[in-house]
Amino acid sequence: MKTPAMTAAALLLAAGVTSAQESKVQLKDGPGRDKVNSCLACHSLDYIQMNSRFLDKAGWTASVNKMINAFGAPIAKEDVDVIATYLTQNYGKLPQ
Amino acid sequence: MGDQHNRSRRRLLAGASAFGALGAARAFAADLGSSGALGFTELPDGALAGQVLFSLPGKLPLIKKTYRPPNFETPIEYFRTAITRNDAFFVRWHLAGIPEIKGDQWSLAVGGESAERELKLTLADLREDFKQAEVTAVCQCSGNRRGLFEPHVAGVEWGVGAMGNAVWRGVRLKDVLARAGVKGDALEVVLDGADTAPLDKTPDFVKSIPVEVAMDENTLIALEMNGKPLPHWNGFPARLVVPGWTGTYWIKQLTSVKLVSKPESNFWMSTAYRLPRGRFKTPSFKSQVKETNEPITTMVVNSLVTSLRNGQQVSPGKAIDVKGIAWDGGSGIDRVEVSTDGASWYAAKLGRDLGRFSFREFSFTVPGRDQGALVVMARATARSGETQVEQLIHNPAGYHHNVVQRLYLEVV
Repeated sequence: MKTPAMTAAALLLAAGVTSAQESKVQLKDGPGRDKVNSCLACHSLDYIQMNSRFLDKAGWTASVNKMINAFGAPIAKEDVDVIATYLTQNYGKLPQ
Repeated sequence: MGDQHNRSRRRLLAGASAFGALGAARAFAADLGSSGALGFTELPDGALAGQVLFSLPGKLPLIKKTYRPPNFETPIEYFRTAITRNDAFFVRWHLAGIPEIKGDQWSLAVGGESAERELKLTLADLREDFKQAEVTAVCQCSGNRRGLFEPHVAGVEWGVGAMGNAVWRGVRLKDVLARAGVKGDALEVVLDGADTAPLDKTPDFVKSIPVEVAMDENTLIALEMNGKPLPHWNGFPARLVVPGWTGTYWIKQLTSVKLVSKPESNFWMSTAYRLPRGRFKTPSFKSQVKETNEPITTMVVNSLVTSLRNGQQVSPGKAIDVKGIAWDGGSGIDRVEVSTDGASWYAAKLGRDLGRFSFREFSFTVPGRDQGALVVMARATARSGETQVEQLIHNPAGYHHNVVQRLYLEVV
């Protein structure tokens, strides 16, 4: 259920409670990290760390595509591989 | 039986040697929310590293899985009683827009094409115009224990604490639906809460339940939890309570209830929260079954030992107290058995029966042992006959983990 007033109040509340903590969650430096910051529109970056390290490139690509196709994340097609590569290199399954 | 015994012995030895390599100090250090410390397979290393204790407003320090949307797990010490306190109750949201609702400004819309009429009910209406009802029931996230899956699957990497048990009080959903008038073609009841997604394109979190489940006398619109108003993070001022069914259907900050004649088809019903068809014996949500998959419905039987840590050292000759809780999808707990070798199982003593939807406490005393290693296992069986599994039934979304817990102890 959505009304503009509710959304504004919701964002304020969410921002007030956890933003200080959330800002401490930092992703590893590496090529593509700036693109991954677009994830912040909907969720904190600890979702990424939490899901490491067990996904391979196909797994991370599937996750990024789910964000686009199921949740409407505004990620450009040409950025999918950049993001998936960054996630695989920094948060992906380590070579056995 | 010989084979089974040997297999268990091999596991026992493997576990004991793993523990030996780890060392007692390491096993006890930094085990916040560690499933390995409870004798299960360990969470993904990134999940374990990212966990901290953090207090949301009005809550005790809980295990942070994610800040936004907030997903927080209850630490194991709060499961040493059958009822979970409100300020320790786990927090799980799908969408980051969570409004702070004032009780006197809230109302519930009831309608849909299979309702005779539309209603708008305030909190005062629900309290004064309907008979109040109460049920003690476990609310468990479908993905509780997902982090214990081997191989790991993507999602919120929960340990064992995405669950809680409370006394829920409110009004029966069937009484509210009856007031609106249930038409003969009603198939499902669609439920929506006040939470919203930051992006317009993200599907709103909307769920449905079969009309016969909605009409069950135990299905409530709860206004109270353990005698107090619901905490904000657990759905103030009203949430659905569907005893026996997993938490995904327990819509928080409930704002809309609709009787419909067609299956609800949004993402959260048609794609998310699904199991491979026929892999589990839980009941089917018939109007939602697809060729290859079906929605998760009721919880599987499970138990949790809360008195021991994996790798714990005990003194020779000293009795070992095995205490914990057991629950299932609503038939009630028939028995919990404890084993120290995987071959012989002994009945634990059950605690007070708080109803078939509640946690049931259990306790068992293992007589003192000589020096060496031992394994402690607990296995719950429901009145339905369902029992916990030896091997994980893997599924893509990581639901229904109810593998028997194995705690390795060292007598030194």
